[in-house]
Amino acid sequence: MISIRNVSKHFGAFQVLNGCSAEIARGEVVVVCGPSGSGKSTLIRCINALEPIQAGEIVVDGVSLTDPATDLTRLRARVGMVFQHFELFNHMSIMDNLCLAQVKVLKRPRAEAEANGMRLLERVGLADQAAKHPAQLSGGQRQRAAIARALCMDPVCMLFDEPTSSLDPEMVGEVLEVMVELAREGMTMMCVTHEMGFARKVANRVIFMDQGAILEDAPSRTFFEQPGTERAARFLSRLLDR
Amino acid sequence: MIGLDFSSALAAWPLLLEGAIVTARITLTAMLVGLVWGTVLAVARLSPVRPLAWLATLYINLFRSVPLVMVILWFFLIVPEVLHGLFGRAVGDIRLASAMVAFALFEAAYYAEILRAGILSVPHGQMEAGLALGFTRGATLRSIILPQAFRNMLPLLLTQAVILFQDTSLVYVIGLADFFGMSYKIGDRDGRLTEMLIMAGAVYLCIGLLFSRLVARLQKRFSK
Ligand SMILES: Nc1ncnc2c1ncn2[C@@H]1O[C@H](COP(=O)(O)OP(=O)(O)OP(=O)(O)O)[C@@H](O)[C@H]1O
Ligand SMILES: [Mg+2]
Repeated sequence: MISIRNVSKHFGAFQVLNGCSAEIARGEVVVVCGPSGSGKSTLIRCINALEPIQAGEIVVDGVSLTDPATDLTRLRARVGMVFQHFELFNHMSIMDNLCLAQVKVLKRPRAEAEANGMRLLERVGLADQAAKHPAQLSGGQRQRAAIARALCMDPVCMLFDEPTSSLDPEMVGEVLEVMVELAREGMTMMCVTHEMGFARKVANRVIFMDQGAILEDAPSRTFFEQPGTERAARFLSRLLDR
Repeated sequence: MIGLDFSSALAAWPLLLEGAIVTARITLTAMLVGLVWGTVLAVARLSPVRPLAWLATLYINLFRSVPLVMVILWFFLIVPEVLHGLFGRAVGDIRLASAMVAFALFEAAYYAEILRAGILSVPHGQMEAGLALGFTRGATLRSIILPQAFRNMLPLLLTQAVILFQDTSLVYVIGLADFFGMSYKIGDRDGRLTEMLIMAGAVYLCIGLLFSRLVARLQKRFSK
């Protein structure tokens, strides 16, 4: 579903990604972790073509992002993305947030978009919040709404960039629950997170990054029980110590 | 000491209304055209295309550094030349048209700066969220960024509109009778200048206060 082949990227002279390669099969859930500044966000943003890459190739659902003939806007409509700070549109209601791209990008009739939106709001437990504005919701509710908004587009895969790190601890659970459910239903997911409980429970694999390189790509069980590199082991023990 | 006599103000109401219509036409045209053109300028100034950003910056700085009176005079003198050149014959009374053009182009520079601040006040992540949903940059700007920029800047936009409304009185320099100019003329004609100026001042004051109240209200609502 997602192929990352020898991808390198730099901002000016600064190398952010250094020869990264990974394969994510349909229905797989992959957690990406690593120290701050290691390039996790950049990697995930590259998969959605929000950042151009300077070397290597990324193929999503058979479409190469580096092929100049590829319509990147259309590709992005098929890849769901969830941000650390939700990025709901504050000037519209939750329902309008869910319908906007369905109507304007996918050209769905408004009624169909609303029905679909309502179905997804029910799925994330927010059916009663449809008419509210984002500012009236708690952080956990906002992030669930943002997940529903991404799902409205019938994405072929979902990318998450630290979806729970700006939440109060008591709201992390409700968001992770939605994500676990999504994983169970077979969604292909790539998720930057430091929620190791989530990684253990649902991730098929864990990718560990440091300084722009993928140091480890292992089944999650192996990663937690016997990390292959010293750096990953140190990273893990520091996370668990917290 | 002669007592104040407002009867000429009452008697001259059709003329005053005529003046008020001129004021309203200039204010509304400058607001609408200024907002649209100002939005274009703000977006251009923030564009990654260097020459475009540079041209917009030049325009904005130019109009913001010359006095409005001068702009009004410029256009009064230049517009007829241009029209004459285009149509090859003398044009009629262009005072109102030239005033509307001058105000619109001048206000656009101010609106552009307000809107630029508004666009910058919208978090960068909103553009990414729009792109991630399959919108183009332009569509994200239109449906997601600009509406929030306008909303955030509404009090400032209204304040600018009040300033514009008051500044329209400057059209007296080209002999155009707006509400203020008309009041002055009537006062001069009837020897009741003091009364007419008091009356005109009171009207501007009332409208100005009304708007300020509206702005304060909006500010309160948005700060919630
Ligand atoms: N637009 C940019 N221009 C220059 N450098 C950038 C840019 N975006 C990111 N970087 C740098 O690239 C590096 C990797 O950034 P990235 O956001 O991908 O890290 P991360 O692993 O997601 O970190 P975190 O855990 O803090 O979110 C950082 O050193 C960052 O400063
Ligand atoms: Mg990050």
